[in-house]
Amino acid sequence: MTAESSPRVALYVTCLVDLMRPDIGFAAIKLLEFGGCEVIVPPEQTCCGQPAFNAGDRRTAHRLAERVLAQLEGYDYVVVPSGSCAGMIKVHYADLFSDDPGLKQRLTDISSRIYELTDFLHSVLKLENLPGRSAGCITYHDSCSGLRELGVCDQPRALLQKMPGLEIREMKDARACCGFGGTFALKYANVSSAIVDEKVGNIQATGSQAVVLGDLGCMLNIEGRLRRLGDHKTQVLHVAQVLAGDL
Amino acid sequence: MQVQSMHFQARVGEKLADARLQKNLKRLSEKFVTARTQAMTEIDFEATRDAAVERRNRAIDNLDIWLELFEKKATEQGAKVLFAENAAQASDLVVQIAKKHKVKTVTKSKSMVSEEMALNEALRQAGVEPVETDLGEYILQINDNEAPSHIIAPVIHKDKEEISDLFARVHEKPRLTDIPQLTREAREELRPKFLKAEMGVTGGNFVIAETGSVAIVTNEGNEGMCTILPRVHVVVTGIEKVLPTLEDFATMARLLTRSATGQSVSNYISLLTGTKAKGEPDGPTYLYFVLVDGGRTGLLGSEFQEMLRCIRCGACMNHCPVYQKIGGHAYGWVYPGPMGSVLTPSYAGLENALDLPQAATLCGECHVVCPVKIPLPDLLRKLRERQFDRHLRPLRERWALWAWGFAALRPNLYRLITGVANRFLRLRGGRSGRIASLPFAGGWTHYRDMMAPSGKTFTDRYAVWQAKKAFVRSDTRVGPR
Repeated sequence: MTAESSPRVALYVTCLVDLMRPDIGFAAIKLLEFGGCEVIVPPEQTCCGQPAFNAGDRRTAHRLAERVLAQLEGYDYVVVPSGSCAGMIKVHYADLFSDDPGLKQRLTDISSRIYELTDFLHSVLKLENLPGRSAGCITYHDSCSGLRELGVCDQPRALLQKMPGLEIREMKDARACCGFGGTFALKYANVSSAIVDEKVGNIQATGSQAVVLGDLGCMLNIEGRLRRLGDHKTQVLHVAQVLAGDL
Repeated sequence: MQVQSMHFQARVGEKLADARLQKNLKRLSEKFVTARTQAMTEIDFEATRDAAVERRNRAIDNLDIWLELFEKKATEQGAKVLFAENAAQASDLVVQIAKKHKVKTVTKSKSMVSEEMALNEALRQAGVEPVETDLGEYILQINDNEAPSHIIAPVIHKDKEEISDLFARVHEKPRLTDIPQLTREAREELRPKFLKAEMGVTGGNFVIAETGSVAIVTNEGNEGMCTILPRVHVVVTGIEKVLPTLEDFATMARLLTRSATGQSVSNYISLLTGTKAKGEPDGPTYLYFVLVDGGRTGLLGSEFQEMLRCIRCGACMNHCPVYQKIGGHAYGWVYPGPMGSVLTPSYAGLENALDLPQAATLCGECHVVCPVKIPLPDLLRKLRERQFDRHLRPLRERWALWAWGFAALRPNLYRLITGVANRFLRLRGGRSGRIASLPFAGGWTHYRDMMAPSGKTFTDRYAVWQAKKAFVRSDTRVGPR
């Protein structure tokens, strides 16, 4: 692909990737560049506002959403390595902007070009091979927002299947929530823990060496519970890491 | 029913620690979830539910018109239609009807609205014996009037062993363990009540405006005994349950049983119209409809109006990761699960149910399975907005949100704070990268390790990375000399 025809892609890094797992951001850049994109990380990113939105603080959520919208305008595509944040921007900003026709129109203008990472790699770039080599046996956890708000389900699996040497063993109830739910995991930690125990059990039952997923919240929740239960073996990886060759 | 939702947190702890309950709740996903998935392959779910949404919306948008038509048609068929503004008034009406007809025993088929009304208690106080005849509800009634924990399977929290013990104790008969035998014993207990009851009370899945009928969907056949044998039949249901036409009901029926129990059709679907006419062999001499508002009109025209589409199938709770772990009693009122977390604050007061809108992961599965597409996660979020606006959240939470928002709106400050937090967490994680306890995050670290950041923040690393890249680029641009 020539430089002229390279799509200009804004990478919305997300606050949890920024703070907790910077490698995922670089893995995403590697994948996008491999797919022929010019990757730009718009400066001054903080958070999409989801914590405020889900806590009922609409005003703060609205102010953050306005900022994020302005940061993400002017690119061919916006790509987010998280179904939850992509869903927030693509789906819930429309609700936040419902009383402001100007903002709503600006969102509509870019909305169809906002993608969750694996959806973009599979559906837009149509990647047939991948830059990294990952081998082994994995199981895939479908994160709630990506799955139910954006229909991300087959795309990550299709990409993972293109990696020779990688076997996907489906777990029981892969689509079930891991119990994270943002601040739910703090406020109702006992319920959250009981829910993640189901998930952890289903992951372990597959005998996979890693559980692969597409959202940081689930990642920290599942990994934290696995380690607390004494499982130091099962790796917890973001799909971008695996596709970029980290397994 | 008195609201107990304020005790949510304490009850949740008990429910999670109850190993027997945890085992019993597993049956939900094993039974209902699997059966529903299978049953939905028989129809075009999306198209059918689109039709159902349209039909329910048509009913709700013009609720007054359809209710008036229903009243007219039902009255023409010999019924009397009464409207109650609240649950207590509805209870009074039923008690008055019982008194008027000198009723001593009332047989009841399953009705969640009668739970809203605390009808059994009101009847007892008036000297009338209410007898629950749905097997699940009967079990609860003989167990000291225990509350149902599920709207379709009220006794899902109990296993066969508990019921065997209960029957042996209350019926004073040898302990049985075989389900058909236990059911037979319940029938034997109920038969004399059926024969002597002067009045039957049933719920109504829907009332049909064009015919003045009530539609009742059941599996056990007890409803027939409650509506055909006694002289008086009282239907209690919510005002939102009206459907304009029988054709509307046909669409609902396709979704209701499949969503609820995974059955293509339930064992019994009754459409009852009017009192016993001259020459007819059966039917009640007196037929009453008590249609309850109980907070429903408060939702009309509000951002919660979509909730009125609910057809009480229970699919949302069957598929809810939280309900699956805590069961129905923790929710503290008539309706548990996601639909209950919207209805309880709406009907019984937000200030009485502060936990319910919060106690959800917003995973969205309830919306996905809802046969009338109620956006339950969105409605829960809107309730959270009301809590936030009315200062019904703890000060500490409000303050934390404010501080976080303040920083998130100021990228330089945010970068400074996340840089410090990142370093702190990495230090705390040490070589293992795992943090066993953290200030302000006890809820998290009590059950889980907090995983430390895998390196400096992306923002910091990206700045370095870009500088390097720019250097390399400028280098190559010079080209070979």
